[in-house]
Amino acid sequence: MSKTPALTLKDLSCTFHVQGGLFQPARHVRAVDRISVSLEEGGVLGIVGESGCGKTTLARMILGLQNPTSGEAFVHGQRLSELDRRARARLIQPVFQDPFSSLNPKHRIEDIIALPLRAQGSFEPHEIERRTAAILERVGLSTEQGRRLPAELSGGQRQRVAIARALILEPRIVVCDEPTSALDVSVQAQILNLLGELRRDLNLTYVFISHNLAVVEHVASEVMVMYLGRMVEHNTTARLFSEPRHPYTQALLASVLTPEPGLGLPDVGLGDIMPDPANIPSGCRFHPRCLKAQPQCATIEPLTSHPSDHATVECHLF
Amino acid sequence: MTAILDVQNLAVRFGPTLAVRNASFTVQKGETHCIVGESGCGKSVTALAIMNLLARNARRDAKSIAFAGQDILAYSDRQMEDVRGNRMAMIFQEPMTSLNPSYTIGSQMTEVLRRHHNTTRDLAEQRAIGLMQRVGITAPQMRLGQYPHQLSGGLRQRVMIAMALMCDPELLIADEPTTALDVTVQAQILRLLAELKQELGLGILLITHDLGIVARVADHVSVMYAGEVIETGRTADLFANPSHPYTRGLIDCVPVPGKIKPGEALGSIPGTVPVMKDGFSGCAFRFRCPQASEICTQAVPRHEVGPNHLVQCHLPSRQGGAQ
Ligand SMILES: Nc1ncnc2c1ncn2[C@@H]1O[C@H](COP(=O)(O)OP(=O)(O)OP(=O)(O)O)[C@@H](O)[C@H]1O
Ligand SMILES: Nc1ncnc2c1ncn2[C@@H]1O[C@H](COP(=O)(O)OP(=O)(O)OP(=O)(O)O)[C@@H](O)[C@H]1O
Ligand code: SF4
Ligand code: SF4
Ligand SMILES: [Mg+2]
Ligand SMILES: [Mg+2]
Repeated sequence: MSKTPALTLKDLSCTFHVQGGLFQPARHVRAVDRISVSLEEGGVLGIVGESGCGKTTLARMILGLQNPTSGEAFVHGQRLSELDRRARARLIQPVFQDPFSSLNPKHRIEDIIALPLRAQGSFEPHEIERRTAAILERVGLSTEQGRRLPAELSGGQRQRVAIARALILEPRIVVCDEPTSALDVSVQAQILNLLGELRRDLNLTYVFISHNLAVVEHVASEVMVMYLGRMVEHNTTARLFSEPRHPYTQALLASVLTPEPGLGLPDVGLGDIMPDPANIPSGCRFHPRCLKAQPQCATIEPLTSHPSDHATVECHLF
Repeated sequence: MTAILDVQNLAVRFGPTLAVRNASFTVQKGETHCIVGESGCGKSVTALAIMNLLARNARRDAKSIAFAGQDILAYSDRQMEDVRGNRMAMIFQEPMTSLNPSYTIGSQMTEVLRRHHNTTRDLAEQRAIGLMQRVGITAPQMRLGQYPHQLSGGLRQRVMIAMALMCDPELLIADEPTTALDVTVQAQILRLLAELKQELGLGILLITHDLGIVARVADHVSVMYAGEVIETGRTADLFANPSHPYTRGLIDCVPVPGKIKPGEALGSIPGTVPVMKDGFSGCAFRFRCPQASEICTQAVPRHEVGPNHLVQCHLPSRQGGAQ
């Protein structure tokens, strides 16, 4: 009865070994810690969480760009680690956070966009040209802009290039890491509408990382909240926004800056110090910053509980 | 109040393209002045023009760019180098372009101080560690030995801020300093900038396209469109009485959680920012403006709609200065 999910993550973990300086020991950064989730075809998994909580590392593992320390990722039932580069590129494509560093500054935009097609080695030149022109138009860039160099476009225009490059192979899954964070509201809306159209037309599945919670609420069908490498809450989008359970999720939602002058900056009690992923707190990893911490939180790691259908949360209160 | 930065009639062109047109604004000491506008409006080019860091194919013109009372427009490259990274620091839109991937964080952070002030390496490192702690970076000693790619986006941006503060600048130009950050860290960083502003009397020119940020941190706002400042005013006034149709459009399409229904299209101003070329006249927003009329093809007047609140639009005059 159940279809093969587009994406399945099983206990996916990634630990980095960082060399210490002179007289300093090496440190182990647990960037992603035993994450399990699966996503149906056509779904959009939103991933939110603090800077440094491991979102990009998780995305890179899903893309096969970073080897997991343990665990496995499956794409349409196929073990990711068993696919070669080209097969992977046809199945899954990235749109990265920082368009500037991911665009070769010496190449013209149209060549940058066509690169994934050329790398496949199986497309005729006129087909490459046709597809490049079509995708340029689709993301709202002119032919003239296609002949420019990355430095000659604004930040927002460069983001469109990154999106065009990801979509040109018509992959099954697109992993978007902050795809619209450099865009202003109106262009952001255009790009999100485009991503939505393409998803429906091509039955694409998205992994969508963003710190803009209003955007995540709009595009995602389900949301995963990460904290220091762990998935601390997961729910359908509507439920996560209407009844956030984990105290960190609640703090996150309270931090959104709405355009109301005079309100100043919210202080949700998380403190000013960023947690250190090389030194994860005992018990519940959120306890040093949690306003609702109980005595057992400092010593006992909470288990994943299922307070309702499709929902998971990792907190002693549930 | 004293101005730390006063820009008068700034224009920047790339060949026939006019990226900034006749832009004027003032940043007061101890104040945050926000420049807001859509992608491609010329915000980054404005910042780079102030720092004299424009690409070689750019041409900069202005009546004056006064920094702490000195016109820096005619400064030589040498003189500008003394100012840059020292009394006037910038946090760039893309941290990876300003952090050198092949040097450690430590050597890049201490370099500015050692170059401008001949500080010893030990002292410079101490200062770097202090500032890293100040901006909430844990294990700063370890970070000094790391390379930029080993840091998350949030950490990199904090490093950039700490680096910008190494020489105690009087003016900080921050180009989208929190776009790569999540909302909780964004609030922390903005709180930090607000504290520095108060403690050090720092003037901050903050570039953003996020009106949520503008509303919460700016003392003064300038809205840019197609290279021009089309409305400027105190933050409270501008939000209470947004007078340019573009400003109103921007405010109306900020996504706010809980306000958009699933499947519903996100609010947006139809069309895109036009590329300005020589010979253009009239209002550049008229192709997208719901209130455009024939008069809008003619040169657009500037009006005062309140104290320190200027708007460039035919509308207020047509309505007899109504709001
Ligand atoms: N190549 C690497 N070597 C060492 N540590 C790394 C490496 N890549 C990432 N890390 C560390 O892993 C942790 C997670 O980083 P990651 O980039 O995945 O965070 P993120 O959630 O994407 O953050 P942001 O929202 O700021 O982009 C961070 O502490 C980061 O410093
Ligand atoms: N080196 C260059 N050569 C030619 N045109 C350029 C160059 N740099 C910028 N431009 C053009 O100048 C205009 C303003 O660009 P700018 O980077 O200032 O936009 P912005 O307001 O910062 O946008 P964003 O929000 O996307 O960062 C854009 O149309 C851009 O294409
Ligand atoms: S387990 Fe305890 S410390 Fe952790 S989030 Fe729940 S209440 Fe807070
Ligand atoms: S001048 Fe005309 S087109 Fe321009 S903003 Fe005003 S009403 Fe609209
Ligand atoms: Mg990231
Ligand atoms: Mg910019």
